[in-house]
Amino acid sequence: MRALLRGLWQQRRARYGLALVLALCGLAVLAPWLAPHDPVSQLDLARGQYLAPSMLHPFGTDFFSRDLLSRVLYGARISLSIAFLSVFLSVTVGTAVGMTAGLAGGAVDAVLMRGVDAALAVPRVFLLLVVVALWDNVGVAGLIAVLGFTNWFDTSRIVRAEVLSIKHRTYVTAAQALGVGPRRLAVRHLLPNVAAPVIVTATLGIGQIILIEAGLSYLGVGVPPPTPSWGSIIQEGQQALAVAPWVATFPGIAIVVTVVGFSLLGDGLRDALDPTTR
Amino acid sequence: MIVFLVATLTFVLLHVAPGDPFTRASDATLVPQEVIQQQRRNFGLDQPIYVQYRRYLTNLARGDFGYSFREHRPAAAAIVERIPNTLLLAAVALVIAFALGVFVGAVQATRRGSAADDLLSLLSLTLYSMPVFWLGVMLLLLFGVALDWFPVGGVVDDTIYPYLSPLGRVWDRVQHLMLPAVTLGVVGAAVTARYQRAAMLDVVGQDFIRTARAKGLQERAVFFKHALRNALLPVITLFGLSFPLLLSGSVLVETVFAWPGIGKLAVDAIHGRDYAVVTAVAIIAAIMVVVGNLLADVLYRVVDPRTREAQ
Repeated sequence: MRALLRGLWQQRRARYGLALVLALCGLAVLAPWLAPHDPVSQLDLARGQYLAPSMLHPFGTDFFSRDLLSRVLYGARISLSIAFLSVFLSVTVGTAVGMTAGLAGGAVDAVLMRGVDAALAVPRVFLLLVVVALWDNVGVAGLIAVLGFTNWFDTSRIVRAEVLSIKHRTYVTAAQALGVGPRRLAVRHLLPNVAAPVIVTATLGIGQIILIEAGLSYLGVGVPPPTPSWGSIIQEGQQALAVAPWVATFPGIAIVVTVVGFSLLGDGLRDALDPTTR
Repeated sequence: MIVFLVATLTFVLLHVAPGDPFTRASDATLVPQEVIQQQRRNFGLDQPIYVQYRRYLTNLARGDFGYSFREHRPAAAAIVERIPNTLLLAAVALVIAFALGVFVGAVQATRRGSAADDLLSLLSLTLYSMPVFWLGVMLLLLFGVALDWFPVGGVVDDTIYPYLSPLGRVWDRVQHLMLPAVTLGVVGAAVTARYQRAAMLDVVGQDFIRTARAKGLQERAVFFKHALRNALLPVITLFGLSFPLLLSGSVLVETVFAWPGIGKLAVDAIHGRDYAVVTAVAIIAAIMVVVGNLLADVLYRVVDPRTREAQ
């Protein structure tokens, strides 16, 4: 762990990534104290519509006179929690499936991996669109579940490959010879060794999930209004592009900064964990 | 096989979801219950599920995707009408993505570590991290609204198109195509450039490049005939993989620019719960992905003689 952090710290880009990610998580956690206004309260419908950015409203206001800075800050909370939880879900499922396939081998392995192959071939956005749109008001919890359960295929492949490569190492054989059961073997001896690539894919995956969630919300099938989500704010902003270009602009910048942060951190982690790519 | 799986999956999803087309389209207070029942009977929605499934599959095999409730015509007709638009957009975007991406990636690799390389890496990382629909909205804001160089949506300008000369019509179409294609293409180019840069760096370190230089070939010949050709292999693999990405992207980009392709059709159909169109689009998308992979295999064989000799 120490060595990992040091390896991470030695790379300039990874440092930026870590700083960005930590800063964004801080902003998201502290949103209720940092936001100048309530994200959903309509401040002044008569005179407060589409106010340009000013000292009072640094990002301006939207059609309902809501403060955009507050909405973008709260949007960070929503987007990051959805991303973290759904990636946690997909990593858990993916690791479990990959481990099972790798350890069991034979028919179990074949069935699981052919299933993963087929799932990976389906254009994912179409699948997500169908699922999310058919259940009216899936809500945030539903969205997390759907994103998580459609995102574990890559992880399971990586974990399986990793398990296969270490399954016949001498320390595993030694543990087996000492009478360690399969469950204990998986948890105590294999899991720590597959953790590294899983952490990397998870970090990069968070960025991708943020993009996908934003896309779904933009299409109107993601986070339901009036909850502020970056994707749906952009959608609202597009309606008034000529009148109030700031509404669509700021949440997009927030998305780019967040995803860049996670990409830099993920690449950095990969290099720190795998010295051969350095 | 994949197509069959997708067909089954979409069917299951559609029927597991609560409600059917008539629970949303008809307000219960306005339409008598008998009429709704009648409609359900007409479309066979009152049959047991396995009957519906069997009929659905046999119809699919005959190329019949069912009837679109919203457009009051066969779903296949609605899709066939939209496919050329999507293919045109995707093809132009693909050309932009690969031409620009291969060029930028190769340039970066030859100037490794320079300021230009760093800058381009940062740029492609940013583009790669950008929601494609937001890029579209921003381009729309800049070139459509602020500068007014390009139209803000659609394939043609409906009000003046019928009165334009043939050349004017082509120009009108090109203008409408510009922004969506660039949006979709530039994001693809960022991905391609990352791959191309890595592949080039991998190749230039190898022995045959040194040999080529050692036998006195000009730097340009080394670059084009030896390095670039070999570095293209992983990029062609990417070409096959980029089809699902391109289709996903086109759903969003078509929505941004009101481009009447199958992506936009799918979104509209989902909001209107148009069973037949949703399943049909998902199946068509799966077919396009399979064809894309096939195309990549063929290209691979053309570019890499080793795969041909292995046969």
